[in-house]
Amino acid sequence: MNPSSVIEIKNVSYRYDRDNVLENIQLSVPKGAFLGLVGPNGSGKSTLLKLILGLLKVKEGEILLFGTPQKNFKNWDRIGFVSQKANSFNTGFPATVYEVVASGLTKKLGLFRLPGSKEKQAIKAAVAAVGMEQFLTRNIGELSGGQQQRVFIARAIVSKPDILILDEPTVGVDSKNVESFYEMLSYLNKKMGITLLLVTHDIGIISDKVTHVACLNKYLHFHGSMKQFETLNEDDLSALYGHGIHLLDHHHDHQEADI
Amino acid sequence: MIEAIGQYEFLQNAFLTGMIIGVIAPLLGAFIVVRRLSLIADALSHVTLAGIAAGLYFGQTFTFLAWLNPMYSGMVFSVIGSLFIERLRTVYKHYQELAIPIILSGGIGIGVIFISLADGFNTDLFSYLFGSVSAVSREDLWLICIVSVVVMATVYLLYKELFLLSFDEEHAKASGIPAKSIHFIFIILVALVIAASMRIVGVLLVSALMTLPVAASMRMAKGFKQTIAYSVLFGEIAVITGLISAFYLDLAPGGTIVVASILILLLVIAAKKFVKAG
Ligand SMILES: Nc1ncnc2c1ncn2[C@@H]1O[C@H](COP(=O)(O)OP(=O)(O)OP(=O)(O)O)[C@@H](O)[C@H]1O
Ligand SMILES: [Mg+2]
Repeated sequence: MNPSSVIEIKNVSYRYDRDNVLENIQLSVPKGAFLGLVGPNGSGKSTLLKLILGLLKVKEGEILLFGTPQKNFKNWDRIGFVSQKANSFNTGFPATVYEVVASGLTKKLGLFRLPGSKEKQAIKAAVAAVGMEQFLTRNIGELSGGQQQRVFIARAIVSKPDILILDEPTVGVDSKNVESFYEMLSYLNKKMGITLLLVTHDIGIISDKVTHVACLNKYLHFHGSMKQFETLNEDDLSALYGHGIHLLDHHHDHQEADI
Repeated sequence: MIEAIGQYEFLQNAFLTGMIIGVIAPLLGAFIVVRRLSLIADALSHVTLAGIAAGLYFGQTFTFLAWLNPMYSGMVFSVIGSLFIERLRTVYKHYQELAIPIILSGGIGIGVIFISLADGFNTDLFSYLFGSVSAVSREDLWLICIVSVVVMATVYLLYKELFLLSFDEEHAKASGIPAKSIHFIFIILVALVIAASMRIVGVLLVSALMTLPVAASMRMAKGFKQTIAYSVLFGEIAVITGLISAFYLDLAPGGTIVVASILILLLVIAAKKFVKAG
């Protein structure tokens, strides 16, 4: 076991009803890493995250969280989560940005305890970290999709987790705001030292920010540093990925511009 | 009116009870509405009806059960019904709303059987269906006081868990809080409040008192705490004006309270339009 691994997945397979959707997955997320997890639709990315988070039960294989087997793991407040469906929540829900972010402290505070002044400080700091401080008293439904996503990130980081897990957080965020969104993630990773596990289809856009890449399509086809990933050519990639998606389009544009 | 309340114990009972349920019904209603569970309240109120009919029937048929306050049997049925709904909701994972017609029709079915078995408690039954200003006893009042203390204390102590569960059930589960137990406690509270409220608003209109004030409140509130505050305020206004008009016009309070709630709702919607236009 590698003590500096935040998450360690060992020989995990999973099936919902008949066929395995994940097959013998081995993956570790090193402390401080920014890991991009890519794969086509239906490749099992969300399933893998749900297994990590305990939303689905691991039946085959083992998952270690901070070196502790998942079934004995108690400190769930060390793991922040922003789900793929975060922006399909009930938009009419009458909650302010402040209230939504405060709900991220529920587990950390424990039963029967209300947020004190220290927690109120933490809530404001988290909202500021995602650049939403001027919207504190706004109802969440009155924000744009990208702004809502920032609020959900604030909710996930308010308990000061060591790792933040994000499932396609940029769905519904326009391309202009996607860039600043990833800037913010990079800030959380580099300046606040939060390990990131990000499921994304935009690996090209963020290739200069992620440190590691994993390609999943039922099997884990590739797992390594961004440097190693960049040495792969288009053919290797389509072989890995299942079919010819132009993963690195953006990236090539950048390189051409650089030359 | 104030004089009359001072004079008659039954009026004191009715007004105190009304003011208590004017708080607790919209308080839980706020969580029910945002979780889109409004119909569960409806289903449970019909199960409560079955419990009341059973209580009335057994009370008049077996002399050794004459002491039985139908409100107790109503509460027992309501809680059992809530457990059934939860069970059915996990059985039909993808058709969770299917639990509601099953429980609702089951409640009416059993209720009707007891009513026809015992035909002869029609006036009593009428007061349970649509509420009554004169039928609330001291015993009812005490029971409702206890229920309201339990409800308010639980909501206060579990507020952040209930909020998280209502806002984002998946996140609640992922964050490791005991989401299932909390939901379970919540549903039992709902069952208790429904049974407690029916003396005043009646079985058929309980869910209106839980949802209409919230519907009005959501039009104007900033944030969830404010939603609760306005809901309770509107619920309280509706109950008080409803009870006063029921007393003077000799009407069933269930009807007047619901009409008052609807008037408040319309006023809020109109005011909101007016503010936007102006
Ligand atoms: N609740 C479920 N019951 C049965 N099968 C499921 C369930 N959820 C997902 N699957 C199946 O598991 C496989 C993996 O799904 P998953 O949601 O993990 O994919 P994904 O990689 O997240 O896809 P996307 O990029 O579209 O989000 C798919 O074939 C899907 O049909
Ligand atoms: Mg997915």
